[in-house]
Amino acid sequence: MPKDDGIGAATTRREDPRFLTGKGRYTDDINVPGQAHAFFLRSQVAHGRIASLDTTAAAASDGVIRIFTGDDFAGVGGLPCGWQVTDRHGQPMQEPPHPVLAQGKVRHVGDPIAAVVAETLDQARDAAERIDVDIEELPTVTNMQSALEDGAVRVHDDLESNLCYDWGFIEDNREAVNAAIAGAHHVTTLELVNNRLVPNAMEPRAAIGDYNVATDEHTLYTTSQNPHVIRLLMGAFVLGIPEHKLRVVAPDVGGGFGSKIYHYAEEAFCTFAAKAINRAVKWTADRSEAFITDAHGRDHVTRIDLALDENGKFLAIRTDTLANMGAYLSTFAPSIPTYLHGTLMAGNYATPLIYVNVKAVFTNTVPVDAYRGAGRPEATFQLERVIDKAARELSISPIELRRRNFIGKDQFPYATPVAVEYDTGDYHATMDKLEEIADIAGFSGRRAESAANGKLRGLGISHYIEACGIAPSALVGALGARAGLYESATVRVNATGSVSVLTGSHSHGQGHETTFPQVVADLLGIDAEQVAIVHGDTATTPMGMGTYGSRSIAVGGTAIVKALEKVIAKAKKIAAHLMEASEADVTFADGAFTIAGTDRSVAWGDVCLAAYVPHNYPIEELEPGLEETAFYDPANFTFPAGAYACEVEVDPATGEVEICAFAAADDFGNIINPMIVDGQVHGGLAQGIGQALMEHAVYDEHGQLLSGNFMDYTMPRADDLPSFVIDHSCQTPCTHNPLGVKGCGEAGAIGSPPAVVNAVIDALQSGGHDVDHIDMPLTSCRVWTAINADTGS
Amino acid sequence: MYSFELRQPTSIGGAVRALADGGQILGGGQTLIPTLKMRLADPGVLVSLGRVDSLLGICTDDSGRLCIGGATTHAAVAEGGGAYPALARLAGRIGDPAVRNRGTIGGSLANNDPAACYPAAVLASDAVVATNARDIAADDFFTGLFETALDDGEIITEVKFPVPASAAYAKFLQRASRFALVGVFVARFASGVRVAVTGASESGVYRWSEAETALSAEFSPSAVDSLSVAPGGMIDDLHGSPEYRAQLVRVMTSRAVAAC
Repeated sequence: MPKDDGIGAATTRREDPRFLTGKGRYTDDINVPGQAHAFFLRSQVAHGRIASLDTTAAAASDGVIRIFTGDDFAGVGGLPCGWQVTDRHGQPMQEPPHPVLAQGKVRHVGDPIAAVVAETLDQARDAAERIDVDIEELPTVTNMQSALEDGAVRVHDDLESNLCYDWGFIEDNREAVNAAIAGAHHVTTLELVNNRLVPNAMEPRAAIGDYNVATDEHTLYTTSQNPHVIRLLMGAFVLGIPEHKLRVVAPDVGGGFGSKIYHYAEEAFCTFAAKAINRAVKWTADRSEAFITDAHGRDHVTRIDLALDENGKFLAIRTDTLANMGAYLSTFAPSIPTYLHGTLMAGNYATPLIYVNVKAVFTNTVPVDAYRGAGRPEATFQLERVIDKAARELSISPIELRRRNFIGKDQFPYATPVAVEYDTGDYHATMDKLEEIADIAGFSGRRAESAANGKLRGLGISHYIEACGIAPSALVGALGARAGLYESATVRVNATGSVSVLTGSHSHGQGHETTFPQVVADLLGIDAEQVAIVHGDTATTPMGMGTYGSRSIAVGGTAIVKALEKVIAKAKKIAAHLMEASEADVTFADGAFTIAGTDRSVAWGDVCLAAYVPHNYPIEELEPGLEETAFYDPANFTFPAGAYACEVEVDPATGEVEICAFAAADDFGNIINPMIVDGQVHGGLAQGIGQALMEHAVYDEHGQLLSGNFMDYTMPRADDLPSFVIDHSCQTPCTHNPLGVKGCGEAGAIGSPPAVVNAVIDALQSGGHDVDHIDMPLTSCRVWTAINADTGS
Repeated sequence: MYSFELRQPTSIGGAVRALADGGQILGGGQTLIPTLKMRLADPGVLVSLGRVDSLLGICTDDSGRLCIGGATTHAAVAEGGGAYPALARLAGRIGDPAVRNRGTIGGSLANNDPAACYPAAVLASDAVVATNARDIAADDFFTGLFETALDDGEIITEVKFPVPASAAYAKFLQRASRFALVGVFVARFASGVRVAVTGASESGVYRWSEAETALSAEFSPSAVDSLSVAPGGMIDDLHGSPEYRAQLVRVMTSRAVAAC
């Protein structure tokens, strides 16, 4: 009988009473006795040489404890990059140093020049204003094409150019793809921009470094999605602190979307400074600081060619992308436009030949790294946009053209020409479901209604695939990852039968404290209420890799299952002893151990108690206690997929786009908590629609961020969005993890931008406007300008 | 922010005395407080008008004008300005609830942000801005970008709105700030039609005289269709080009007329 709090139950979120009543404990809520406060003096110019830096007057300000500059970090390692990409010529990427505090030069607005540590934050700010810094301004490069021109200003003097790498994937296919495109019946080409985004997690980043001089132990409290990764990177590569002397705590974290994966300078600074002054040092970003220091997302410029035969079958795809790295390499930045992007370029389609070229470029802008979807939205956007354009050029319906090219459900496992193997999927099923829930058949009637109101109605379709469950360590290691990507779990059964799960995953909005207990409850036959989730502290949890890439249930959840299997195996031995039976005859179900074919049984709680009060116990064969740890390294990625439909109304007089309806039919495999999945899809759709219509980090030619606050950077709000129609009843369970789960955290942000843009283009075309493409965000001004630039209508 | 001294007088006279020392008037603080938080201003002394009772409230005077105290919040006008429905609706759509509960009409007018809503209503309504020193006609009040006819330390005590036969404000949102990307207030009086435009011009709020002439002759949404709006002098920013703003001026005017 299914449990009402087990797998598949829409139980309410256990975290919510804490978060909704202000009882969360975030990094900034933590105050260490005697803590001092840090304030960073940041560059206001995008590129410059520090001609002089005099802190004498500032150091004499009230409350100042110490001022740090780049000189204090001369002997300290820079922030490391966690992924080395090898270019198409076999050469490693150019990897510039990334100092904690600027060493002689500043390279983007926001680059830290000095840090004041004072008794209060106001005193630190006052003193920072008295630092006498003379920056000799240098010409800047913010545009990627300009940055690659001969003679361009170099962001890093020691590098040959601003080209980080020129990557080809798969390089051996390059000529075959070119030949196929040259000889094709039809080629559709599209040039597009994937707009730069600011993550804007609700909680800004914060860090507290603490140091115990008596034990030589460091503690860092930080807003991280992966505290063990920070411990490893900062301890081993920056500050030289061995792991047993360094504890990293990531308590409640208010959203990350990727931006809190990376190791940031402020974390290293607070840890370093705490030891230097022998007091805890606290820093919390304000919102303006977040805009110019959190790693940004996306920022690709792409040309894509899609070759088709006379029947609309895809023959080949070629894409050329410029990917902005910003001024320095953030922790996982090189992997995003390459292995999280190129490997997804097959989409849901059986295209035999694909070649992906990516040139990564340094510019005088904030570093760019993974942001919800991370490479996969960029791949999906260009593919789903070019397919839509091809459909229009060939007068085939967008749904039909996709269906003609879908990988059939009998073709799985399916090896793509971009080096990944999809384990399972059924794309016609998700498209069928979409046609039903979006009432595609009724669209023409709705279009007529809009027309009667003077509006142009458009329908946009997209079908996405993503690679989640990141990642098989050996595979990513071969591709340049400098980390493993397994996950860990310890299942600690307490003496009275309740369970603490210590997980290496990290929840910063995903609801792990609700979902993971459902898995445990289901497998052990106990109430979910009997299960606690412990995460976010390297002192208590086994070394894990954290949460990103929609990996937690697929990888972290599987680690929990593996640990539970070990627990159950041991518990069966104890139960067999208690019932004086053979272990082979013991079965475990619904929280009881039973001898098959008899009415003899022993309850879960009795076995647990026996493990910790081993009076009647096989002590010579079995250790007391009931606690097991498992590390799980996935055999493959998981491949969620789905079909999305967006309906818009465009006001031709103003270019205003209103989203009238949005439908999502996702295949996430098996689902643990459908309500949490709904929420993840809602959030992803909001972010994807935000990217498509509103959000844009815009730099001017001097490297100033023009949209550096919420007055100019448009975040989507509830009243910008329709009520979503979502469905996840199409389920092709993952074949290589025991839960059959795929992950759902990023899907909405991946599949929605092309659906929105396709819908707007469809609307304009229906009004007789010959508009093929508009770059995101599709602001009303851009849409109106495109309509009015179309002189052919 | 830098530290400052907060003074909270309870009378206009007290406020004037407090300002004599060189303090800065604090209305609802919706622009000033963020400016202080970013350390872009260091006024030393802030003189809050929020406790001066005579600056609070809404009434109708003997000549039928709707009179709003200078320290009255947008939320209060939205709720209590029913005698001038178009004005109440405008107030109810400024910013968000937090802004409307703090921001004041006097603060908005004194700041004269080129994308603020109230200046369009004041100018189109031919309102009078009363201060502790004088009455200023709307046509004389707005003198440029963030510039007004107010002298240093002069306090807006009341804004007196003649109530037109019909009026409407059409606001096209700047989606990030929810200021007006372009907002047009149309007020139809027996003596003629007044049209004021905010959000569009580099010089701030202005009257669109061609539209006033056309609408005074024929008050219909299509009356402005044939008018051309020159993009010269229009604001050019992330949210709209001068050409786009020029288009919105015409479209929003037409829609305001339709809503009258």
